[in-house]
Amino acid sequence: MTKNRLNVKQLNLKQKLRVNDDTRNFYNGVFIDLGELVIFTGNVIKQLFQPPFEHRELVKQGFLLGNKSFALVVVTGFIMGLVLTMQMNPILSDFGAQTLLPGVIAVSMVRELGPVITGLICAGKISSGIGAEIAAMRVTEQIDAMEVSGTRPLSYVVASRVLATTIVVPVLVILADAFSLLGAFLAVNIFEETSTTLFMNRAFSMLGFIDLFPATFKTVLFGFFIGLIGSYKGYTAGRGTESVGQSANSAVVASSLTIFVIDLIFVLITSIL
Amino acid sequence: MEKEKVIEIEKLYKSFREKHILRGIDLTLHKGENLGIVGKSGIGKSVLTKCIVRLIEPDAGHINVLGTDVVTCDGEELNELRKKVGYLFQGGALYDSMSVRENLLFPVRRTQFVDRKLDTEELIERSLRSVGLLDAIDKMPSELSGGMKKRIALARTLILKPQIILYDEPTTGLDAVTSGEISELIQQIREEYQTAAIIITHDMKCARIATDTIRIMKEGLFVTEGTYDELSRSDEKEIRDYFV
Repeated sequence: MTKNRLNVKQLNLKQKLRVNDDTRNFYNGVFIDLGELVIFTGNVIKQLFQPPFEHRELVKQGFLLGNKSFALVVVTGFIMGLVLTMQMNPILSDFGAQTLLPGVIAVSMVRELGPVITGLICAGKISSGIGAEIAAMRVTEQIDAMEVSGTRPLSYVVASRVLATTIVVPVLVILADAFSLLGAFLAVNIFEETSTTLFMNRAFSMLGFIDLFPATFKTVLFGFFIGLIGSYKGYTAGRGTESVGQSANSAVVASSLTIFVIDLIFVLITSIL
Repeated sequence: MEKEKVIEIEKLYKSFREKHILRGIDLTLHKGENLGIVGKSGIGKSVLTKCIVRLIEPDAGHINVLGTDVVTCDGEELNELRKKVGYLFQGGALYDSMSVRENLLFPVRRTQFVDRKLDTEELIERSLRSVGLLDAIDKMPSELSGGMKKRIALARTLILKPQIILYDEPTTGLDAVTSGEISELIQQIREEYQTAAIIITHDMKCARIATDTIRIMKEGLFVTEGTYDELSRSDEKEIRDYFV
Protein backbone atom coordinates (compact mmCIF):
# COMPACT_ATOMS: atom_id res chain seq x y z
CA MET A 1 0.00 0.00 0.00
CA THR A 2 2.80 2.38 1.11
CA LYS A 3 4.73 1.37 -1.95
CA ASN A 4 1.71 2.12 -4.13
CA ARG A 5 1.23 5.52 -2.51
CA LEU A 6 4.86 6.34 -3.14
CA ASN A 7 4.48 5.36 -6.72
CA VAL A 8 1.50 7.68 -7.11
CA LYS A 9 3.53 10.50 -5.51
CA GLN A 10 6.43 9.78 -7.80
CA LEU A 11 4.09 9.73 -10.77
CA ASN A 12 2.59 13.09 -9.80
CA LEU A 13 6.06 14.55 -9.38
CA LYS A 14 7.09 13.17 -12.74
CA GLN A 15 4.01 14.64 -14.37
CA LYS A 16 4.72 18.03 -12.75
CA LEU A 17 8.31 17.88 -13.95
CA ARG A 18 7.16 16.94 -17.42
CA VAL A 19 4.79 19.91 -17.51
CA ASN A 20 7.65 22.17 -16.36
CA ASP A 21 9.88 20.68 -19.03
CA ASP A 22 7.22 21.24 -21.68
CA THR A 23 6.78 24.85 -20.56
CA ARG A 24 10.55 25.37 -20.54
CA ASN A 25 10.84 23.77 -23.97
CA PHE A 26 8.04 26.00 -25.28
CA TYR A 27 9.73 29.20 -24.05
CA ASN A 28 13.14 27.96 -25.20
CA GLY A 29 11.56 27.19 -28.57
CA VAL A 30 10.09 30.69 -28.85
CA PHE A 31 13.42 32.37 -28.05
CA ILE A 32 15.39 30.03 -30.32
CA ASP A 33 12.88 30.74 -33.07
CA LEU A 34 13.20 34.50 -32.51
CA GLY A 35 16.99 34.31 -32.52
CA GLU A 36 16.99 32.27 -35.73
CA LEU A 37 14.53 34.70 -37.32
CA VAL A 38 16.85 37.62 -36.50
CA ILE A 39 19.82 35.81 -38.12
CA PHE A 40 17.64 34.84 -41.09
CA THR A 41 16.50 38.48 -41.47
CA GLY A 42 20.11 39.67 -41.44
CA ASN A 43 21.07 37.13 -44.11
CA VAL A 44 18.08 38.05 -46.29
CA ILE A 45 18.85 41.78 -46.06
CA LYS A 46 22.48 41.01 -46.99
CA GLN A 47 21.29 39.04 -50.03
CA LEU A 48 19.20 42.01 -51.23
CA PHE A 49 22.42 43.89 -51.98
CA GLN A 50 24.43 41.02 -53.50
CA PRO A 51 24.45 40.40 -57.26
CA PRO A 52 23.19 38.76 -59.38
CA PHE A 53 19.90 40.64 -58.85
CA GLU A 54 16.78 38.72 -59.78
CA HIS A 55 14.69 41.42 -61.46
CA ARG A 56 12.61 38.93 -63.46
CA GLU A 57 11.87 36.81 -60.40
CA LEU A 58 10.96 39.96 -58.45
CA VAL A 59 8.49 41.09 -61.14
CA LYS A 60 7.08 37.56 -61.46
CA GLN A 61 6.58 37.17 -57.72
CA GLY A 62 5.17 40.68 -57.40
CA PHE A 63 2.65 39.96 -60.11
CA LEU A 64 1.72 36.51 -58.77
CA LEU A 65 1.39 37.63 -55.16
CA GLY A 66 -0.48 40.81 -56.02
CA ASN A 67 -2.75 39.06 -58.44
CA LYS A 68 -3.53 36.37 -55.87
CA SER A 69 -4.86 38.85 -53.32
CA PHE A 70 -6.14 41.66 -55.55
CA ALA A 71 -9.77 40.54 -55.84
CA LEU A 72 -10.17 39.72 -52.16
CA VAL A 73 -8.56 42.98 -51.05
CA VAL A 74 -10.64 45.28 -53.26
CA VAL A 75 -13.92 43.47 -52.50
CA THR A 76 -13.17 43.58 -48.76
CA GLY A 77 -12.21 47.27 -48.98
CA PHE A 78 -15.38 48.11 -50.92
CA ILE A 79 -17.66 46.25 -48.49
CA MET A 80 -15.92 47.75 -45.47
CA GLY A 81 -16.38 51.27 -46.77
CA LEU A 82 -20.01 50.52 -47.56
CA VAL A 83 -20.80 48.86 -44.22
CA LEU A 84 -18.88 51.39 -42.14
CA THR A 85 -20.77 54.25 -43.77
CA MET A 86 -24.15 52.56 -43.28
CA GLN A 87 -23.36 51.90 -39.62
CA MET A 88 -22.04 55.38 -38.87
CA ASN A 89 -24.57 57.44 -40.80
CA PRO A 90 -27.43 57.15 -38.25
CA ILE A 91 -25.10 57.94 -35.33
CA LEU A 92 -23.59 61.02 -36.97
CA SER A 93 -27.07 62.11 -38.13
CA ASP A 94 -28.22 62.12 -34.50
CA PHE A 95 -25.52 64.68 -33.75
CA GLY A 96 -26.14 66.60 -36.96
CA ALA A 97 -22.65 65.77 -38.10
CA GLN A 98 -23.53 63.91 -41.29
CA THR A 99 -21.18 66.10 -43.33
CA LEU A 100 -18.26 64.65 -41.42
CA LEU A 101 -19.06 61.13 -42.62
CA PRO A 102 -16.71 61.01 -45.67
CA GLY A 103 -13.85 62.38 -43.60
CA VAL A 104 -14.43 59.96 -40.73
CA ILE A 105 -14.50 57.01 -43.12
CA ALA A 106 -11.38 58.22 -44.94
CA VAL A 107 -9.41 58.72 -41.72
CA SER A 108 -10.43 55.40 -40.19
CA MET A 109 -9.77 53.49 -43.40
CA VAL A 110 -6.47 55.14 -44.31
CA ARG A 111 -5.07 55.22 -40.79
CA GLU A 112 -6.14 51.89 -39.36
CA LEU A 113 -8.67 49.64 -41.01
CA GLY A 114 -7.29 49.60 -44.56
CA PRO A 115 -3.71 48.70 -43.59
CA VAL A 116 -4.63 46.23 -40.84
CA ILE A 117 -7.40 44.39 -42.70
CA THR A 118 -5.35 44.23 -45.90
CA GLY A 119 -2.35 43.13 -43.86
CA LEU A 120 -4.35 40.32 -42.31
CA ILE A 121 -5.72 39.23 -45.69
CA CYS A 122 -2.18 39.19 -47.09
CA ALA A 123 -0.97 37.25 -44.04
CA GLY A 124 -3.64 34.66 -44.79
CA LYS A 125 -3.17 34.51 -48.55
CA ILE A 126 0.43 35.52 -49.26
CA SER A 127 2.39 34.52 -46.16
CA SER A 128 0.80 31.08 -45.99
CA GLY A 129 1.31 30.61 -49.74
CA ILE A 130 4.98 31.53 -49.52
CA GLY A 131 5.40 29.31 -46.43
CA ALA A 132 3.80 26.31 -48.12
CA GLU A 133 5.63 26.81 -51.43
CA ILE A 134 9.10 27.09 -49.89
CA ALA A 135 8.38 24.23 -47.47
CA ALA A 136 7.39 22.04 -50.44
CA MET A 137 10.66 23.03 -52.13
CA ARG A 138 12.49 22.02 -48.95
CA VAL A 139 10.66 18.68 -48.73
CA THR A 140 11.40 17.83 -52.38
CA GLU A 141 15.07 18.80 -51.85
CA GLN A 142 14.90 21.67 -54.37
CA ILE A 143 16.36 24.08 -51.80
CA ASP A 144 19.12 21.57 -51.01
CA ALA A 145 19.81 21.21 -54.73
CA MET A 146 20.21 24.99 -55.00
CA GLU A 147 22.46 25.08 -51.94
CA VAL A 148 24.79 22.32 -53.14
CA SER A 149 25.26 23.96 -56.52
CA GLY A 150 26.31 27.22 -54.86
CA THR A 151 23.35 29.15 -56.28
CA ARG A 152 22.39 30.86 -52.98
CA PRO A 153 18.68 30.03 -52.70
CA LEU A 154 18.27 32.60 -49.94
CA SER A 155 18.81 35.29 -52.52
CA TYR A 156 16.77 33.77 -55.36
CA VAL A 157 13.90 32.20 -53.44
CA VAL A 158 13.61 34.32 -50.31
CA ALA A 159 14.97 37.81 -51.02
CA SER A 160 12.92 38.16 -54.22
CA ARG A 161 9.70 37.19 -52.41
CA VAL A 162 10.39 39.46 -49.43
CA LEU A 163 11.10 42.40 -51.74
CA ALA A 164 7.99 41.58 -53.79
CA THR A 165 5.69 41.58 -50.74
CA THR A 166 7.33 44.77 -49.45
CA ILE A 167 6.30 46.49 -52.68
CA VAL A 168 2.98 44.74 -53.31
CA VAL A 169 1.33 45.02 -49.88
CA PRO A 170 1.40 48.87 -49.76
CA VAL A 171 -0.06 48.93 -53.29
CA LEU A 172 -2.83 46.57 -52.18
CA VAL A 173 -3.52 48.77 -49.14
CA ILE A 174 -3.83 51.85 -51.35
CA LEU A 175 -6.27 49.91 -53.56
CA ALA A 176 -8.26 48.75 -50.53
CA ASP A 177 -8.44 52.36 -49.28
CA ALA A 178 -9.57 53.57 -52.69
CA PHE A 179 -12.27 50.91 -53.00
CA SER A 180 -13.45 51.55 -49.44
CA LEU A 181 -13.99 55.21 -50.37
CA LEU A 182 -15.92 54.03 -53.43
CA GLY A 183 -18.07 51.83 -51.16
CA ALA A 184 -18.55 54.74 -48.76
CA PHE A 185 -19.52 57.04 -51.65
CA LEU A 186 -22.20 54.58 -52.77
CA ALA A 187 -23.51 54.21 -49.22
CA VAL A 188 -23.65 57.98 -48.71
CA ASN A 189 -25.67 58.23 -51.92
CA ILE A 190 -28.19 55.75 -50.54
CA PHE A 191 -29.08 58.26 -47.81
CA GLU A 192 -28.73 61.48 -49.78
CA GLU A 193 -27.48 62.41 -53.22
CA THR A 194 -23.90 63.66 -52.97
CA SER A 195 -21.60 64.67 -55.81
CA THR A 196 -18.23 62.94 -56.22
CA THR A 197 -16.39 66.25 -55.86
CA LEU A 198 -18.16 67.15 -52.62
CA PHE A 199 -17.58 63.64 -51.20
CA MET A 200 -13.90 63.69 -52.09
CA ASN A 201 -13.43 67.23 -50.77
CA ARG A 202 -15.00 66.27 -47.47
CA ALA A 203 -13.02 63.00 -47.30
CA PHE A 204 -9.60 64.50 -48.04
CA SER A 205 -10.14 67.66 -45.99
CA MET A 206 -9.75 65.56 -42.85
CA LEU A 207 -6.68 63.66 -44.05
CA GLY A 208 -3.30 65.14 -43.27
CA PHE A 209 0.33 64.17 -43.77
CA ILE A 210 0.36 62.64 -40.28
CA ASP A 211 -2.36 60.22 -41.42
CA LEU A 212 -0.79 59.27 -44.74
CA PHE A 213 2.91 58.90 -44.01
CA PRO A 214 2.87 56.58 -40.94
CA ALA A 215 0.04 54.54 -42.50
CA THR A 216 2.00 54.00 -45.71
CA PHE A 217 5.25 53.33 -43.90
CA LYS A 218 3.68 50.71 -41.67
CA THR A 219 2.26 48.90 -44.71
CA VAL A 220 5.81 48.66 -46.07
CA LEU A 221 6.78 46.95 -42.81
CA PHE A 222 3.68 44.74 -42.99
CA GLY A 223 4.73 43.64 -46.47
CA PHE A 224 8.31 43.01 -45.42
CA PHE A 225 7.32 40.86 -42.45
CA ILE A 226 4.58 38.99 -44.33
CA GLY A 227 7.17 37.90 -46.90
CA LEU A 228 9.90 37.34 -44.36
CA ILE A 229 7.89 35.23 -41.91
CA GLY A 230 6.33 33.13 -44.68
CA SER A 231 9.78 32.52 -46.15
CA TYR A 232 11.33 31.78 -42.78
CA LYS A 233 8.66 29.24 -41.88
CA GLY A 234 9.02 27.55 -45.26
CA TYR A 235 12.80 27.66 -45.33
CA THR A 236 13.12 26.08 -41.89
CA ALA A 237 10.42 23.46 -42.51
CA GLY A 238 11.01 19.83 -41.62
CA ARG A 239 11.47 17.02 -44.12
CA GLY A 240 8.02 15.42 -43.97
CA THR A 241 5.00 16.40 -46.05
CA GLU A 242 3.11 17.45 -42.91
CA SER A 243 5.63 20.26 -42.47
CA VAL A 244 4.17 21.98 -45.56
CA GLY A 245 0.83 22.46 -43.80
CA GLN A 246 2.51 23.35 -40.52
CA SER A 247 4.65 26.00 -42.21
CA ALA A 248 1.64 27.58 -43.91
CA ASN A 249 -0.32 27.56 -40.68
CA SER A 250 2.41 28.98 -38.46
CA ALA A 251 3.23 31.60 -41.11
CA VAL A 252 -0.34 32.93 -40.91
CA VAL A 253 -0.35 33.00 -37.10
CA ALA A 254 3.07 34.61 -36.77
CA SER A 255 2.56 37.22 -39.49
CA SER A 256 -0.92 38.16 -38.19
CA LEU A 257 0.50 38.70 -34.70
CA THR A 258 3.41 40.68 -36.14
CA ILE A 259 0.96 42.94 -37.99
CA PHE A 260 -0.86 43.71 -34.75
CA VAL A 261 2.40 44.39 -32.91
CA ILE A 262 3.70 46.72 -35.66
CA ASP A 263 0.33 48.48 -35.74
CA LEU A 264 0.37 48.95 -31.98
CA ILE A 265 3.89 50.40 -32.10
CA PHE A 266 2.86 52.84 -34.86
CA VAL A 267 -0.28 53.90 -33.00
CA LEU A 268 1.83 54.62 -29.91
CA ILE A 269 4.40 56.56 -31.95
CA THR A 270 1.81 58.62 -33.85
CA SER A 271 -0.13 59.37 -30.67
CA ILE A 272 3.08 60.73 -29.09
CA LEU A 273 3.78 62.80 -32.21
CA MET B 1 52.55 6.81 -58.14
CA GLU B 2 49.49 7.36 -55.96
CA LYS B 3 46.61 9.24 -57.57
CA GLU B 4 45.60 12.68 -56.28
CA LYS B 5 43.12 12.58 -53.39
CA VAL B 6 39.96 14.61 -54.01
CA ILE B 7 38.08 13.70 -50.83
CA GLU B 8 39.67 12.80 -47.51
CA ILE B 9 37.50 12.06 -44.49
CA GLU B 10 38.89 11.26 -41.06
CA LYS B 11 37.01 10.12 -37.98
CA LEU B 12 33.66 11.57 -39.00
CA TYR B 13 30.92 11.45 -36.37
CA LYS B 14 27.27 12.42 -36.66
CA SER B 15 24.38 11.78 -34.28
CA PHE B 16 20.75 12.78 -34.35
CA ARG B 17 19.75 13.08 -30.66
CA GLU B 18 20.62 9.73 -29.13
CA LYS B 19 20.96 7.96 -32.46
CA HIS B 20 24.59 7.64 -33.51
CA ILE B 21 24.63 7.49 -37.31
CA LEU B 22 28.28 7.94 -38.27
CA ARG B 23 30.79 6.55 -35.78
CA GLY B 24 34.21 7.59 -36.94
CA ILE B 25 34.11 7.15 -40.71
CA ASP B 26 37.39 7.28 -42.66
CA LEU B 27 37.25 7.57 -46.44
CA THR B 28 39.49 8.57 -49.31
CA LEU B 29 38.39 9.21 -52.89
CA HIS B 30 41.00 9.55 -55.62
CA LYS B 31 40.81 11.51 -58.86
CA GLY B 32 38.88 9.60 -61.52
CA GLU B 33 37.68 6.93 -59.06
CA ASN B 34 34.07 5.76 -58.83
CA LEU B 35 33.49 4.53 -55.28
CA GLY B 36 30.31 2.69 -54.40
CA ILE B 37 28.85 2.70 -50.89
CA VAL B 38 26.49 -0.11 -50.05
CA GLY B 39 24.55 -0.75 -46.86
CA LYS B 40 21.12 -1.18 -45.37
CA SER B 41 18.58 1.65 -45.39
CA GLY B 42 18.93 4.22 -42.60
CA ILE B 43 22.55 3.32 -41.93
CA GLY B 44 23.82 6.84 -42.74
CA LYS B 45 25.00 6.65 -46.35
CA SER B 46 23.12 9.77 -47.43
CA VAL B 47 24.13 11.52 -44.19
CA LEU B 48 27.75 10.92 -45.15
CA THR B 49 27.39 12.49 -48.61
CA LYS B 50 25.41 15.39 -47.18
CA CYS B 51 28.21 16.00 -44.66
CA ILE B 52 30.68 16.14 -47.57
CA VAL B 53 28.89 19.21 -48.99
CA ARG B 54 27.87 20.41 -45.51
CA LEU B 55 24.18 20.12 -46.09
CA ILE B 56 24.40 18.42 -42.69
CA GLU B 57 26.89 19.69 -40.10
CA PRO B 58 29.05 16.87 -38.75
CA ASP B 59 29.56 16.57 -34.99
CA ALA B 60 33.27 15.79 -35.20
CA GLY B 61 35.95 14.80 -37.69
CA HIS B 62 37.72 16.24 -40.71
CA ILE B 63 36.48 16.48 -44.27
CA ASN B 64 38.83 17.76 -46.93
CA VAL B 65 37.39 18.18 -50.40
CA LEU B 66 39.64 19.42 -53.23
CA GLY B 67 41.93 21.02 -50.67
CA THR B 68 39.19 22.81 -48.73
CA ASP B 69 38.43 21.95 -45.13
CA VAL B 70 34.66 21.60 -45.37
CA VAL B 71 34.04 21.68 -41.62
CA THR B 72 35.83 24.95 -40.89
CA CYS B 73 35.56 26.91 -44.17
CA ASP B 74 33.41 30.07 -44.31
CA GLY B 75 30.28 30.58 -46.39
CA GLU B 76 32.06 32.01 -49.44
CA GLU B 77 34.64 29.20 -49.54
CA LEU B 78 31.89 26.63 -49.13
CA ASN B 79 29.93 28.19 -51.98
CA GLU B 80 32.98 28.10 -54.25
CA LEU B 81 33.64 24.46 -53.32
CA ARG B 82 30.04 23.45 -53.93
CA LYS B 83 30.32 24.68 -57.52
CA LYS B 84 32.98 22.00 -58.07
CA VAL B 85 30.98 19.20 -56.46
CA GLY B 86 27.85 17.90 -58.15
CA TYR B 87 25.10 16.19 -56.16
CA LEU B 88 22.44 14.00 -57.69
CA PHE B 89 19.50 13.69 -55.32
CA GLN B 90 17.42 10.55 -54.97
CA GLY B 91 14.31 12.19 -56.45
CA GLY B 92 16.21 14.40 -58.90
CA ALA B 93 15.10 17.60 -57.10
CA LEU B 94 14.29 19.42 -60.35
CA TYR B 95 12.89 22.93 -59.86
CA ASP B 96 9.27 22.23 -60.72
CA SER B 97 8.35 25.81 -61.62
CA MET B 98 11.03 25.89 -64.33
CA SER B 99 11.30 24.14 -67.68
CA VAL B 100 14.20 21.78 -68.39
CA ARG B 101 16.08 24.59 -70.16
CA GLU B 102 15.55 26.92 -67.18
CA ASN B 103 16.59 24.17 -64.76
CA LEU B 104 19.92 23.93 -66.57
CA LEU B 105 20.30 27.65 -67.10
CA PHE B 106 19.65 28.44 -63.44
CA PRO B 107 22.99 27.24 -61.95
CA VAL B 108 24.93 28.79 -64.86
CA ARG B 109 23.28 32.15 -64.39
CA ARG B 110 23.36 32.16 -60.60
CA THR B 111 27.01 31.09 -60.29
CA GLN B 112 28.02 33.28 -63.25
CA PHE B 113 29.71 30.22 -64.72
CA VAL B 114 31.65 30.90 -67.90
CA ASP B 115 32.92 28.27 -70.31
CA ARG B 116 35.79 29.40 -72.51
CA LYS B 117 34.66 27.37 -75.51
CA LEU B 118 30.87 27.21 -75.35
CA ASP B 119 28.17 29.81 -74.87
CA THR B 120 25.31 29.14 -72.43
CA GLU B 121 22.95 27.65 -75.03
CA GLU B 122 25.67 25.30 -76.28
CA LEU B 123 26.49 24.32 -72.70
CA ILE B 124 22.84 23.41 -72.06
CA GLU B 125 22.66 21.41 -75.28
CA ARG B 126 25.92 19.61 -74.54
CA SER B 127 24.75 18.60 -71.06
CA LEU B 128 21.41 17.38 -72.37
CA ARG B 129 23.13 15.49 -75.18
CA SER B 130 25.39 13.81 -72.60
CA VAL B 131 22.32 12.33 -70.91
CA GLY B 132 20.52 11.66 -74.21
CA LEU B 133 17.60 14.02 -73.61
CA LEU B 134 18.09 16.97 -75.91
CA ASP B 135 14.49 16.58 -77.09
CA ALA B 136 13.15 17.33 -73.59
CA ILE B 137 14.64 20.83 -73.48
CA ASP B 138 11.30 22.68 -73.44
CA LYS B 139 9.39 20.25 -71.23
CA MET B 140 8.32 20.90 -67.65
CA PRO B 141 9.47 18.47 -64.90
CA SER B 142 5.87 17.30 -64.42
CA GLU B 143 5.91 15.97 -68.00
CA LEU B 144 8.96 13.76 -67.39
CA SER B 145 9.20 10.15 -66.20
CA GLY B 146 11.26 9.18 -63.13
CA GLY B 147 14.22 8.10 -65.25
CA MET B 148 14.08 11.25 -67.36
CA LYS B 149 13.98 13.41 -64.21
CA LYS B 150 17.15 11.76 -62.95
CA ARG B 151 18.88 12.23 -66.29
CA ILE B 152 17.91 15.90 -66.43
CA ALA B 153 19.07 16.33 -62.82
CA LEU B 154 22.36 14.76 -63.88
CA ALA B 155 22.58 17.13 -66.84
CA ARG B 156 21.99 20.04 -64.45
CA THR B 157 24.79 18.74 -62.25
CA LEU B 158 27.13 18.35 -65.24
CA ILE B 159 26.59 21.83 -66.62
CA LEU B 160 28.93 23.36 -64.02
CA LYS B 161 31.59 20.76 -64.99
CA PRO B 162 32.08 19.39 -61.46
CA GLN B 163 35.24 17.53 -60.49
CA ILE B 164 33.36 15.25 -58.11
CA ILE B 165 29.79 13.92 -58.32
CA LEU B 166 27.91 12.47 -55.38
CA TYR B 167 25.15 10.14 -56.53
CA ASP B 168 22.48 9.42 -53.92
CA GLU B 169 20.77 6.22 -55.03
CA PRO B 170 20.74 7.11 -58.74
CA THR B 171 18.69 4.08 -59.80
CA THR B 172 16.14 3.86 -56.98
CA GLY B 173 12.57 3.59 -58.18
CA LEU B 174 13.52 2.85 -61.79
CA ASP B 175 12.86 -0.25 -63.85
CA ALA B 176 15.74 -2.62 -64.60
CA VAL B 177 16.32 -1.32 -68.13
CA THR B 178 16.36 2.36 -67.14
CA SER B 179 18.54 1.72 -64.09
CA GLY B 180 20.99 -0.15 -66.35
CA GLU B 181 21.06 2.84 -68.69
CA ILE B 182 21.68 5.24 -65.79
CA SER B 183 24.51 3.03 -64.53
CA GLU B 184 26.11 3.05 -67.99
CA LEU B 185 25.62 6.79 -68.11
CA ILE B 186 27.55 7.22 -64.84
CA GLN B 187 30.49 5.43 -66.44
CA GLN B 188 30.24 7.49 -69.63
CA ILE B 189 30.17 10.70 -67.62
CA ARG B 190 33.35 9.74 -65.81
CA GLU B 191 35.09 9.27 -69.13
CA GLU B 192 33.65 12.39 -70.77
CA TYR B 193 33.98 14.80 -67.83
CA GLN B 194 36.93 13.16 -65.96
CA THR B 195 35.02 13.15 -62.67
CA ALA B 196 35.46 11.22 -59.45
CA ALA B 197 32.27 9.94 -57.84
CA ILE B 198 30.74 8.46 -54.74
CA ILE B 199 27.73 6.34 -55.63
CA ILE B 200 25.34 5.32 -52.90
CA THR B 201 23.26 2.42 -54.07
CA HIS B 202 21.24 -0.64 -53.16
CA ASP B 203 21.25 -1.71 -56.78
CA MET B 204 24.02 -4.30 -57.21
CA LYS B 205 23.78 -4.11 -60.99
CA CYS B 206 24.52 -0.40 -60.74
CA ALA B 207 27.38 -1.11 -58.33
CA ARG B 208 28.83 -3.65 -60.77
CA ILE B 209 28.60 -1.38 -63.81
CA ALA B 210 29.37 2.04 -62.33
CA THR B 211 31.92 1.52 -59.54
CA ASP B 212 35.60 0.60 -59.32
CA THR B 213 35.55 -0.27 -55.65
CA ILE B 214 32.75 -0.80 -53.16
CA ARG B 215 32.67 -0.13 -49.43
CA ILE B 216 30.08 -1.78 -47.25
CA MET B 217 28.70 0.31 -44.40
CA LYS B 218 27.35 -1.15 -41.19
CA GLU B 219 26.51 0.50 -37.87
CA GLY B 220 28.06 3.82 -38.88
CA LEU B 221 31.37 2.39 -40.07
CA PHE B 222 32.83 0.78 -43.18
CA VAL B 223 33.30 -2.92 -42.53
CA THR B 224 34.96 -3.96 -45.76
CA GLU B 225 36.18 -2.73 -49.13
CA GLY B 226 36.85 -4.37 -52.46
CA THR B 227 35.83 -4.66 -56.08
CA TYR B 228 32.44 -6.09 -57.01
CA ASP B 229 34.00 -9.43 -57.92
CA GLU B 230 36.03 -9.65 -54.72
CA LEU B 231 33.14 -8.82 -52.43
CA SER B 232 30.59 -10.98 -54.22
CA ARG B 233 32.93 -13.97 -53.69
CA SER B 234 33.71 -13.07 -50.07
CA ASP B 235 34.11 -15.86 -47.52
CA GLU B 236 31.68 -14.08 -45.22
CA LYS B 237 28.06 -14.91 -45.93
CA GLU B 238 26.91 -11.55 -44.57
CA ILE B 239 28.97 -9.75 -47.22
CA ARG B 240 27.91 -12.10 -50.00
CA ASP B 241 24.26 -11.53 -49.05
CA TYR B 242 24.47 -7.93 -50.26
CA PHE B 243 25.23 -9.24 -53.75
CA VAL B 244 22.43 -11.78 -54.03
